[in-house]
Amino acid sequence: MKTDAIAFLSGILFGTGLALSHMIDPNKVLNFLDVTGRWDPSLLLVMIGALAVAMTAFRIILKRRVPLWSGSFQLPQKAAIDPKLIFGAAIFGIGWGMSGYCPGPSVTGLSLLSRESMIMILAIYSGFFVTHRLLDKP
Amino acid sequence: MENFTPYSALAGGALIGIASAMLLFFNGRIAGISGIMNGVFFAPKNDRAWRLLFLAGLVAGGGLLQWLMPGFNVPRQGYPVELLAIGGFLVGVGTRIANGCVSGHGVCGIARLSIRSIAATLTFIVAGMLTVYVIRHLLELTA
Repeated sequence: MKTDAIAFLSGILFGTGLALSHMIDPNKVLNFLDVTGRWDPSLLLVMIGALAVAMTAFRIILKRRVPLWSGSFQLPQKAAIDPKLIFGAAIFGIGWGMSGYCPGPSVTGLSLLSRESMIMILAIYSGFFVTHRLLDKP
Repeated sequence: MENFTPYSALAGGALIGIASAMLLFFNGRIAGISGIMNGVFFAPKNDRAWRLLFLAGLVAGGGLLQWLMPGFNVPRQGYPVELLAIGGFLVGVGTRIANGCVSGHGVCGIARLSIRSIAATLTFIVAGMLTVYVIRHLLELTA
């Protein structure tokens, strides 16, 4: 289906961007987080580059009633900041700072046949499974 | 400052922005990678194929750049496996509780000017900075 092709193509562009910006190098990410040591602001510029494009594009795209090839925009519904959000974000930040990987680079890192990527993906999925087991209401 | 690479960072970031815009424009979906990964097992059956294709694209894109520019990225060696395993587990748990990661909240959410995503992103960064401070400078677990 054509939306599947878009998903694949979008993944390719996203993965190329992660690799070109060196965000698949976990030490580069850790150096961004190391403000009192070897600070490397590159990650900030990745965010600025991504946001400059996405903010402009999203404004235009979200003026449409529906996406081009599907029935509706599937956007998060929650709007308010709640303790759960901050708690989860802090847990994620701790894991990010321990490993140097967030989910995207963990997956794109597979292209380097990185053993670390494989460990990360397994560990991330164990986190998903445990969280669903504990939090999902039956 | 260490190995600051502003041009490749901006260009790579722009590609990430284009990828996110494309997924939203055609498919109406948010390019949040933790959510996409999670949905491979937890989304309704008919909502899984595109996720696998997106993730396959992430690997293919990394491979494409490595093919065009051999040796541009090299895998890290010798990092403590315990930090990866525990860190990865916390990444999994935290992104489920917070409904997103750096791509979903940090790029797509902030691009929609979502207050939740701005708060989440600031929290990731502060928690990550504190963690790196503890690991590198207080406990000196890594070089």
